[in-house]
Amino acid sequence: MREEIIVAGFGGQGILFAGKLLTWAGLIEGKKVTCIPSYGAEMRGGTANCHVIISTQEISSPVVDNPTLLIVLNEQSLEKFLPRLREGGALVYNSSLIEKEITRKDVEIFSVPANELAEELGHTLLANMIILGALAYYKKVVELESLIKCLPNLLVGKEKFIEPNTRALRRGYEFARDKR
Amino acid sequence: MSSSRILISGNEAVGEGAIKAGCRFYAGYPITPQNELTAYMAKRLPEVGGVFIQAESELAAINMVLGASAAGARAMTTSSSPGISLMQEAISYMAGMELPAVIVNIMRGGPGLGNIAGAQGDYFQATKGGGHGDYRLIVLAPSCVQEMADFTQKAFYLAFKYKNPVMVLADGYLGQMMEPAEIKEFNFEDDSPSWRLDGAEGREPRLFRSLYLPVEDLEGLNIRLQKKYTEMRREETWREYYTEDAEALLVAYGTCARVCREVVRLGREEGRKWGLFQPITLWPYPERRLKELGRKVSKVLVVEMSSGQMVEDVRRILGEEKVGFYGRMGGALPVKEEIWKKLI
Repeated sequence: MREEIIVAGFGGQGILFAGKLLTWAGLIEGKKVTCIPSYGAEMRGGTANCHVIISTQEISSPVVDNPTLLIVLNEQSLEKFLPRLREGGALVYNSSLIEKEITRKDVEIFSVPANELAEELGHTLLANMIILGALAYYKKVVELESLIKCLPNLLVGKEKFIEPNTRALRRGYEFARDKR
Repeated sequence: MSSSRILISGNEAVGEGAIKAGCRFYAGYPITPQNELTAYMAKRLPEVGGVFIQAESELAAINMVLGASAAGARAMTTSSSPGISLMQEAISYMAGMELPAVIVNIMRGGPGLGNIAGAQGDYFQATKGGGHGDYRLIVLAPSCVQEMADFTQKAFYLAFKYKNPVMVLADGYLGQMMEPAEIKEFNFEDDSPSWRLDGAEGREPRLFRSLYLPVEDLEGLNIRLQKKYTEMRREETWREYYTEDAEALLVAYGTCARVCREVVRLGREEGRKWGLFQPITLWPYPERRLKELGRKVSKVLVVEMSSGQMVEDVRRILGEEKVGFYGRMGGALPVKEEIWKKLI
């Protein structure tokens, strides 16, 4: 098993947080993992992305040229990265912010109204966790429970956010399950 | 899986590695893409009774390291390309004074302020002098987060062994990248009680200087230094991947080595006899082994995130004809397909 993943969106959507959480979850499942965040000049409103590889075998290059799995939270990122998605790969996208029709027929497509679902839980900033929760059902790259288990690693000193993030992961997962 | 492996960035791994090798003095000035490292030291050093100083400039930081080193401390500074340029004068002074220190360069795109993406354009600066005068640094090139910690620890050991500054040279991607790593205690004895400045009570005063006005004195120092640099050549280290029967050889370090390793793996799946030679010490360059391997292969391709710096060493060792080059500049990463095309 080897998934080469790009998580992309705009700064402030918790892209790096989502990428790191995915990586941690892979790690505690005993897989090899790497994660390269884009960094520095990003700020709220700019674009942000993160290269994550989760594999049962050793990972040589940590760089993802052509992902097998693309997770996008805004339209700009979709335009930038969709052409790079490998044939037979999968796209999980935030349909709340992406209205454009996806024309590629050679990839699996999953849409999640992540912002709407996040708002129902009280905050749009949870859209990243909605998407990851849905992903855990659709693609089983990592288990939902692994994601939940790793939240405390990323929220040291911010423990009050563990509960809402957990709820959002579960909500995303349930959405995907019910939609199927 | 060992439970002590944690997901950590390369920058933080350098910091934790240093602390576990006994680093108790750090001075630095913020610069992307290595800020996590300075922040990490600010948080961790006070916890272990060490000294952290955010200096007013890179010049101040490296000179503070010089002072701490003269007092026998295991001292480190870190920066990224433009900041490392500002430190060259003091690095030359430390080489002349024979003071140990660890300097970490998390390279970004240049020249000038350039940008904040990872790059490898400081190879010349690191391995060919950088500052003035006839001196050498041992330069270690990690290629994963684990090595960011391990090589920083080794850098402390080598710095004290040879009483010479040692540089860890990594690109910004390695600083930012997160991977699982296990950072262990690294204990070693050093002989600093025999040379450090700790008050001259009951003994002869000691002096560190790099100013030797009489020609014969300065020549004497240089002869001694050159002898030491010859000894330092024993530290040549490298890694090989599928080189036994290779017909084409890739040569790369840092993140480029990771990309090349993948190309070799994919090539082998198709029965292509490709191998990778990865220098770990960029100075001393592992010349003898490269020369041996170079004789056996029909083609050599050097891959760098620069316009071609290490390739000059490889061509010096293997000759012009055999050695090709593929490089990206300005912080761009090498692309596997492009390397593939150049190999077939």
